[in-house]
Amino acid sequence: MRRVVIVGYGMAGARLADELRRRDADISITVVGAEPHAAYNRVLLSTVVAGTMTPESTRLHDDRWAEEHRVDLRLGWEVLEVDRAARTVVAGRAGDPEPESVPYDALVLATGSVPWVPPAEGLTEDGRLAPGVVAFRTLDDCAQIEAKAGKGMPVAVLGGGLLGIEAARGLAGRGCLVTVVHPVGHLMERQLDPGAGGVLARTLGKLGIEFRLNSMATKYLPGDGLILDDGTHVPAELVVVSAGVRAETSLAVRAGLTVDRGIVVDDALRTSDPRVHAIGDCAQHPGTVSGLVQPAWDQAAVLADRLTGADPAARYRGTSVVTRLKARDVDLAALGDVHTDVDCPDSEVLCFQEPSRGRYAKLVLRDDRVTGAIVLGAPDAAATITQLYDRGIPAPTDRLALLLGRALPAEAASPADLPSSAVICRCNTVSKGQIVSAWRAGAESLPQLAEATRATTGCGGCKDAVCGLLDWLGASQPAPA
Amino acid sequence: MSVIDGQVTPGPGGLCQKGWTAGELLRHPGRLTTPLLHGRPVSWDEALDFVAARITSYEPDEVAVFGGGGLTNEKAYALGKFARVALKTSQIDYNGRFCMSSAAAAGNRAFGLDRGLPFPLTDLRGADTVLLAGSNPAETMPPFLRHLEGPRLIVIDPRRTPTAERATLHLQPAPGTDLALALGLLHTAVIEGVIDKEYITSRTSGFDDAWRVAAGWWPERAERVTGVSAADQRAAVHMLAGRSYVLTGRGSEQHASGTDTVSAWINLSLALGLPGRAGSGYGCLTGQGNGQGGREHGQKADQLPGYRKIDDPAARRHVMDVWGVDWLPGPGRSAYELLVADDIKAMLVFGSNPVVSAPRASGVVDRFKALDLLVVADFVMSETAAMADVVFPVTQWAEEDGTMTNLEGRIIRRRKALDAPAGVRSDLELVQGLASRLGVGEKFPVEPVEVFEELRRASAGGPSDYSGITYERLESEQLHWPVPSVDHPGTPRLFLDRFAHPDGLARFIPVDHRGPAEPPDDEFPLQATTGRVLQHYQSGAQTRRIGELMKAVPEMYVEIHPDTAARAGLASGESAHVVSRRGTVTAVVRCVPSMRVDAVFLPFHFPGDGRANLLTNPALDPTSRMPEFKVCAVRLERA
Repeated sequence: MRRVVIVGYGMAGARLADELRRRDADISITVVGAEPHAAYNRVLLSTVVAGTMTPESTRLHDDRWAEEHRVDLRLGWEVLEVDRAARTVVAGRAGDPEPESVPYDALVLATGSVPWVPPAEGLTEDGRLAPGVVAFRTLDDCAQIEAKAGKGMPVAVLGGGLLGIEAARGLAGRGCLVTVVHPVGHLMERQLDPGAGGVLARTLGKLGIEFRLNSMATKYLPGDGLILDDGTHVPAELVVVSAGVRAETSLAVRAGLTVDRGIVVDDALRTSDPRVHAIGDCAQHPGTVSGLVQPAWDQAAVLADRLTGADPAARYRGTSVVTRLKARDVDLAALGDVHTDVDCPDSEVLCFQEPSRGRYAKLVLRDDRVTGAIVLGAPDAAATITQLYDRGIPAPTDRLALLLGRALPAEAASPADLPSSAVICRCNTVSKGQIVSAWRAGAESLPQLAEATRATTGCGGCKDAVCGLLDWLGASQPAPA
Repeated sequence: MSVIDGQVTPGPGGLCQKGWTAGELLRHPGRLTTPLLHGRPVSWDEALDFVAARITSYEPDEVAVFGGGGLTNEKAYALGKFARVALKTSQIDYNGRFCMSSAAAAGNRAFGLDRGLPFPLTDLRGADTVLLAGSNPAETMPPFLRHLEGPRLIVIDPRRTPTAERATLHLQPAPGTDLALALGLLHTAVIEGVIDKEYITSRTSGFDDAWRVAAGWWPERAERVTGVSAADQRAAVHMLAGRSYVLTGRGSEQHASGTDTVSAWINLSLALGLPGRAGSGYGCLTGQGNGQGGREHGQKADQLPGYRKIDDPAARRHVMDVWGVDWLPGPGRSAYELLVADDIKAMLVFGSNPVVSAPRASGVVDRFKALDLLVVADFVMSETAAMADVVFPVTQWAEEDGTMTNLEGRIIRRRKALDAPAGVRSDLELVQGLASRLGVGEKFPVEPVEVFEELRRASAGGPSDYSGITYERLESEQLHWPVPSVDHPGTPRLFLDRFAHPDGLARFIPVDHRGPAEPPDDEFPLQATTGRVLQHYQSGAQTRRIGELMKAVPEMYVEIHPDTAARAGLASGESAHVVSRRGTVTAVVRCVPSMRVDAVFLPFHFPGDGRANLLTNPALDPTSRMPEFKVCAVRLERA
């Protein structure tokens, strides 16, 4: 029986354990998780901060999961070393004097990432975050934020990327006075162009969030706030750090595996040691970026296919990234290459801006296909464009309708403008022409028209339209002398 | 409705064009009036003798019966009994398997009982919001819309159907992603705080397990898979919080994951606290004239009368006592499996036209050609009848007595209005004629009222208990089953106090999205979906014989987005080939700007090269055995 050891019980590790068991009832699965509680859905943390979901609801597994799925789950354990020659990991609880040696046939590193803390004075003490400073990364972080963030309290969020904005929106929703400090000139610069970043800031500003762009915190004053690099002061009784993450690679480095920004893997999700694999945020694959869950889930499925032999040919080719802000009252999607200029000769680029209503839409097409888009404040268009991008479907020729979605004004037809062949009563296939003929033949009331043509006798939904025609016909009649 | 001199007069609910013109079928020149043996007109006795003699030469399980959801309760009951008592075969199923079986399975596992609407139809009028998932009643059941004039409508359909055009909110998921949408809506309901926690605690079980799946479907992820925006998902759950109904149709059911899809909609309605309360609920809209009754009295492979399970020893004992037999066969195969089973030698088809209506229809035709004996009872020469060795001409709607059970579980009397043409007999007489030649004729009465009296006894004590219903009571009373005694008033609203599981609770079922069985690829890049149009019914065997309906919708067509048509070199009005891995359909192009660019729509009412079911994928739902009619991968070519 093959033995798989998974290091890390986050979204990637938990998913891999599920996928392995779904494919193979017998394979031996050991999961080592450093946090003391069951795996949870990190994507939902912003809803926990916003107060719309309880921490309990984010749990991926219940207490019976490990036993019911015959998974050897070591909660609160850490892997201290990997002995690749002996194919064992040394693991134990923190401070355990006699750690255990666990053998493996395949080892999977799913160690995730750790928050990056900007180098401002006072943010950390002895390598840990100072009192009043919280990362936005774990369920415990959320519990801290929930416990501390009160209505009317000034809060600073370090980082105006996706997660920083989600945290800021959640905190503002709780009644905090939020200031976002961001080192770049516009928000979410990885996913947005400056125009979209500006409209986003304006929209969030209406929800009470303030921004300090092009600014870095240089000093943290506990209980008071932040001093920025221009010397100004941002009041904050709580500082939430969401300035990016870096892959957790320390174990891989100690094991002598090839590590760049993350643990380098190939399409088979193998590290430089073919018996050791890496998935999720700790892995570095050229086909995707880190920090998102969909790549981790895709990788878990591929790796499970391989490790169980369900599909030895399975390969991970990358995950196309669609960034979708999860923030109440702000609808933003960004995908693909959005930095192409509208004048770019070999692309077709459309751009629509309406900052006062929080709308911004940019669409980049090449060879009739969507290669990039930013859609802010037009949710249905965002959904449609995402589907075209994900599925590689040629875009509709009416680009404007695509860009605007339902924001495009609809044309209302009056009975007079309808062609004679237009079907009025669908249930009985009665056209405008037939109704006009019946009216001319003397059926001048609704019951008479129904009798003559059967219009309105089905679902009754065309009654308004038939009455409209009657009014129009009546009005067209010469007034009696 | 009623018939006077062959002219139709509508009842209080209104009629669509199909109803208005149904009288034409009664005296249609294409009406069958004599039995045919290998195409030759013969007497009833000769045809019956021939069939009975052939049947006795086979092993019982080499003979199969295929029924229909348009048959009266009496006929459906008689067919099930005929198969098991006269033919002694386990091999019986019916076309309702293609229709409501997924909702039936999902309803049973959630509520412990399956009745299309567990409340009177008229309750819908008082609702704030009605969600229709995969249903297009503006075309398939127009008079029903009169009940929906008050409520706001949420319509879930990949197409902008006439029903969707009336909706306050139309959610347009990619074909085959309805389950992901339902999961996204459940997730959204939780984070928007509109779930009913008190109801979940007191009246249901299993929420935590269902939630653990739905937790992975935050609205933005559901949006990416379905194409329905997170904003629309939020709008939908807020509209649904309150006096609302969730109703599912074939669009939810006809998938290889149809049962799970319906379960996902039921989970949503349970989380919102809708079922089992006055003024809100979940229901399934049936697809055929007797879609409800047809699935209750034993023409289903795994079922005995009264919605009893054929593998339940107590149910078998009860029914054997009523039928006066000491043996019954066990469960048989599901409809599609039966139609293509190569160990079947003889097939008896009643009230169905599977050559047009079954998935991967060319395979069914091949299999029918290989049968020793194909017997069809119909009143017109359907495409299936045209292949038959023996055709029996039978009565139709206005020529017979009986009962039907409508979508709300209400039993309705059908009264004979006309005498059938000379030479025509009822299905009950046909069954009796065969049974008597097989030595058990005395067990098969031919008068509907006698059959119904026996059905009352057979259903007594079962989930759908008709024992308290008589033809006399139906003259003046509105009776919803169960009606366990003659002084019982019937049960218009089920589940108000408890659900039908032993613990009285409704069950959440943890279900996850799987996607279509045949995803699109480079070779077949489009998704085809099939459905009905207003002017035609089912395989079209009846409606294609009515001039007025054919004038309105004369020939097979395919709806395509204008861009998609242009990319395939096609224009409106031109003839196209729609090609799947299983076959090619020839259809006239209709450009419809509201279509998704990656999907095409085909009505399934047309014969020959226009059969949409030449394309469809017979991937079966693991629970209900429903084929995946609603989505398959295709490409377009110029014809």
